[in-house]
Amino acid sequence: MRPEIVLHSLGYLLQAAGVTIALSLAGIALGFAIGALVCAGRVSRNRALARGAAFYVSFFRGVPLLVQLLFIYYFLAEYGLDVPALVAAIGGLGLSSGAYQAEILRGALNAVPAGQAEAAVALGFSGLEIWRRILLPQALRISAPPLINEFILLLKASSLVSVVGIAELTRVSMNIASMTYRPFEAYLSGGLIYLVINLCLAGFGLYAERRLASGRA
Amino acid sequence: MSLEVLWRYAPALIGGFGVTVMCWSLGAAIGLAVGLALTLLNRLDFAPLRWLIRACVETIRGTPFLMQLFLLYAGGPFIGLKLSATAAGIIGLGAYSSAYFSEIFRAGFASVPQGQTEAAVSVGMPPVHIFWRITLPTALVATVPAIVNMLVILSKETVVLSIITVPELMYQMQTMAAETFTAFDAIFAMAIFYWLLVEAVSRVGRRLETRLTAYMSAEASRA
Repeated sequence: MRPEIVLHSLGYLLQAAGVTIALSLAGIALGFAIGALVCAGRVSRNRALARGAAFYVSFFRGVPLLVQLLFIYYFLAEYGLDVPALVAAIGGLGLSSGAYQAEILRGALNAVPAGQAEAAVALGFSGLEIWRRILLPQALRISAPPLINEFILLLKASSLVSVVGIAELTRVSMNIASMTYRPFEAYLSGGLIYLVINLCLAGFGLYAERRLASGRA
Repeated sequence: MSLEVLWRYAPALIGGFGVTVMCWSLGAAIGLAVGLALTLLNRLDFAPLRWLIRACVETIRGTPFLMQLFLLYAGGPFIGLKLSATAAGIIGLGAYSSAYFSEIFRAGFASVPQGQTEAAVSVGMPPVHIFWRITLPTALVATVPAIVNMLVILSKETVVLSIITVPELMYQMQTMAAETFTAFDAIFAMAIFYWLLVEAVSRVGRRLETRLTAYMSAEASRA
């Protein structure tokens, strides 16, 4: 073990950790937008929309993320679209996460007791108001803990983006490993940084769960 | 991509699929065995051991699989662990999944209704029998849906092994793509193939679930 190698390149590693976090945040945000749309499609009464949304979820949850990422890259290259690698990577993470988040949101919507919407109808709320004031606030609250969990999964999955050459935590660990010929130290420290980030996220998730559970009927 | 190219590379692709299935099944077998062992050790009332297991499980669940593979395959020789790519891949899949399987088994044991053990005690069963005939079977059946789900996730993780040059399907497909300039077609075929595979495995898994959990009490199946 030669810890000075790690200390020497700690700056690069931390910078790369920042890229990993930014990448994952952008991916989860894009995924949430896609997930909300797909979820709306799945619960809609329009048959074709529901089918299409179900297909989206099945496809993006069924195909390995690495295949999806390479697919996007080769697709862009095949059709000569000049998109920055970072944008393509975020797009790939978002498309995949959208399928998972759609299911999380759908589960949360189903968890809101049906009696509440019925009560709102009885009280004369309009359809839009029921969504905005009754269903969505509760569904979002229920979905917060699984969404944080999904963020942890996405942060780990973002390591695959290293394969297409983005200088995030895994890629920089690889570079340090090959520059110093000390892969053990390089990957160990890279892995530890992932672990610290994820433990913080998990802690935050527990806190959020407790906070949100306190005000629930 | 012409069919002629696929035909020419068919032996390599089929071989690659064989390696994929081998890594998947051996990795899952190791993961299930180690995961169950960890859960059983966890049930012994010995705090330091419990902390150690907790720390291992959280470390594995908190780091990317790719990072673990690199550490094992590239870092291993520096601590005297020289493995071939395929061996590292199988051991990596096993170690990775054992953490998740142990959590699944833990939930399974927790879901066995207290009343069942109490009933077994009251009819005079010795503790070993209670474990073998009541607790273990009920817990294992309760975990079937979660295990099937994890097996599906694991089948997708095998693709990552191509990065450390395990000659599985993804690796062979990329070799073909590089040699014949058919990158897009090859990855398109891979996406469709894996999608169908995962759908098929999920369907079989759901069948299995309904068969195995048919005689569960409603209380226990809520795990």
